[in-house]
Amino acid sequence: MKVIAKTGNEAMAYAMKQINPDVVAAYPITPATEVVQIFSNYVADGEVDTEFVAAESEHSALSACVGASVAGGRVMTSTASQGLALMHEILYIAAGNHLPIVIALVNRSLSAPINIHCDHSDTMGSREAGWMQFYSANSQEAYDSIIIALKVAETCGVPAIVSTDAFIISHCMDRLEVLEDEEVQKFIGEYNPKYYALDIGKPKTYGPLDLQDYFFEHKRSQIDAFSKVLGTYNKIAQEYEKLSGRYYPAVEEYRTDGAEVAIFTAGSTADTAKEVVDDLREQGRKIGLVRMRMWRPLPIEEIKKALSKFKAVAVMDRSDTMADFGGPVFLETRGILYDLDKRPIITDYVYGLGGRNVEIADIVRVYDEITEVAKTGKVSKPVTYLGVRGEE
Amino acid sequence: MQQYFEVRWHGRGGQGAKTAALLFGEAAMETGKYIQAFPEYGPERTGAPVKSFNRLADDPIRIHTQVINPNVVVVLDSSLLECLDVTEGIQEGGTLLINSQESADELKKKLAKTEGYKLAVVDASKIAMELLKRDVPNTVMLGAMVKVTGALEWDSALASIEKKLNVKFRGRKEIIEGNIKAIKRAYDEVKVA
Repeated sequence: MKVIAKTGNEAMAYAMKQINPDVVAAYPITPATEVVQIFSNYVADGEVDTEFVAAESEHSALSACVGASVAGGRVMTSTASQGLALMHEILYIAAGNHLPIVIALVNRSLSAPINIHCDHSDTMGSREAGWMQFYSANSQEAYDSIIIALKVAETCGVPAIVSTDAFIISHCMDRLEVLEDEEVQKFIGEYNPKYYALDIGKPKTYGPLDLQDYFFEHKRSQIDAFSKVLGTYNKIAQEYEKLSGRYYPAVEEYRTDGAEVAIFTAGSTADTAKEVVDDLREQGRKIGLVRMRMWRPLPIEEIKKALSKFKAVAVMDRSDTMADFGGPVFLETRGILYDLDKRPIITDYVYGLGGRNVEIADIVRVYDEITEVAKTGKVSKPVTYLGVRGEE
Repeated sequence: MQQYFEVRWHGRGGQGAKTAALLFGEAAMETGKYIQAFPEYGPERTGAPVKSFNRLADDPIRIHTQVINPNVVVVLDSSLLECLDVTEGIQEGGTLLINSQESADELKKKLAKTEGYKLAVVDASKIAMELLKRDVPNTVMLGAMVKVTGALEWDSALASIEKKLNVKFRGRKEIIEGNIKAIKRAYDEVKVA
C-alpha cells in the first residue's frame, strides 16, 4: 500500500493506468479533461500498452470504444456533462451488445445556461441506458470504484459509469491509498470475453437488424442480465475489501442505529453529511445518513432495508426530473418504498445545481426540518429547492 | 467537528496560486496530515484574480465545502488589495501573509480589516527575480508561509517541496536549487508586524 496525494481526476487516471486497458478512445471536456490528458501522458511515456484514440467527438469516442470492445478488447473512456449527452445514442448500443466498457466520468450540469460545475443531471439523464452507475464520495472511492466497476462490468457483460462531483472531487487534491500495479492486475485478471468479433474460429454477426420477432426477447435478456449485477457486485466488493481493506456497499448506512430520521443522498455531499451526523449525534439527536452509491441497477432491497426503519427521510437530489415532483432519487425511492406496509414519510431537497455550494448549515437545516416532519407527521412542502433565491 | 487548518491563496491567473496550494498540501501530507488542496474555478484568465484553498487535519477529512473562515490568507500579488477584501472571513488570531515591497503599515492602509489577525510581509517577488530571474512568487511564499504559521515541520516540508519540484522540472538542477534557495530566503526574510 502506498499513500499519495491526488485529485479525483488524477486518481481515476491512475486507476486506468494500473488497469492498462487495450483501448482508450476519448475526447476531452471540462472538468474531465485531465483524466484523458493524464492518461495520454501515460501512453506517451510508455507506462501503459494502451492504444489511445483521440476522437473528434464524444459520439465518435464511444463509438470507437464499442468497436474495440466488440473486437474483444478491454476498453475505457472518460467524459462529463455534454460529452455524456453526445454519447447518449451509443450508450444504448454498448449496453445492448453487452460490452463491458467503463467510463470515468465527472458529474457536471447540462447546458443551458452553460455551467461547468457539479450536479448529477448528466448521469441521471442516462439512467435507462443499461449502464451501471457508481457515485463516488471522494477521490479514494473514485480510484477504488474504477477498479471494482471494471471487474463487475467484465464479469457481467454490462458497462459501467464511475463518477465524481465536478471540481469538488475532480479537482480537489486529497490523500489516498493506492494498490500496487500487480495487485490491480491480479484482482481484475485477464479479460476473456465469451464472444468477440476477432474470434475468427467462431465467426458471429454483431449488430444485426432485430425486428418484431426477437427484439423483445433480447431486450428482456439484457434486463435480466442487468438485474443480476448486484449479486456479482456485492461479491466483488467483498473481494476488493480483502485486498484493500476498503468496503463499499451499494447502499451505505452511516450511524443509522436508533435513528428516527435520515438524509438519503449521494456523492461528496454524503461525505460532508457524515461530519454533520457526528456533530448532531453528539447533541443527542436521533439522526443518521444513508448514502446511495450505486443507482443502476437500483439496489431495491438494500434501499428498503436501509430506509424502512425511519419515521421520515429527506432525499437530497442533485438534479431535477422536470416532472414538478422533485429529483430522480426522490421519485424512484418513493416507488421503492410504496410496497412497504410501514413506510417512512419522504420529502425531497433539490440542491447544488450548477455547483451551488452546500454548507454544513444547509445539511443541518435539512436534518432540523425532517426531524420536525417526523414529530408532527405533516409535510408542508414535499419538494424544496434548497437555497434558491426568491424561493424561500 | 474536528479542528481544521484552512488556507486561502489569492493570486492572479498565471502566478501559481493553484500550484502553491497543491505543493503546500503535499508537503503537509508528507508530515502525516490529511489534506485537501483545491482551486476555485471560474472565468480565470491570465492576470485575473484567482483563489485556491487548503484544508489540513489530523484525521481523515470528509467535508467537501468551501473554505469560508481560513486560518491563513496568502496574497501572492499585493495589487489585489486594491480590488478585493483579502481579509474577508479570516479567523480571529489568524495570519495574513502578503507578498509586497511595502511595509506592514503602508499595507494596512489598503486593508478593510486591520485587527484580530497577524500581518506578515515578505518581498517574494524580489527574491524570485534575483534567484529565479522571473516574478514567480508562489513557491517562494511557501517558505514564509511555513515560518509564520508554524503549520508544518520545516525540514520535512522542505524535503517534500524539493521532491515535488524535482518531478515538476524533471530534474533540472538550477531551477530546483534556485527555488529551494528562494524558499529558504523567504523563510528568513518574512517579517511579522
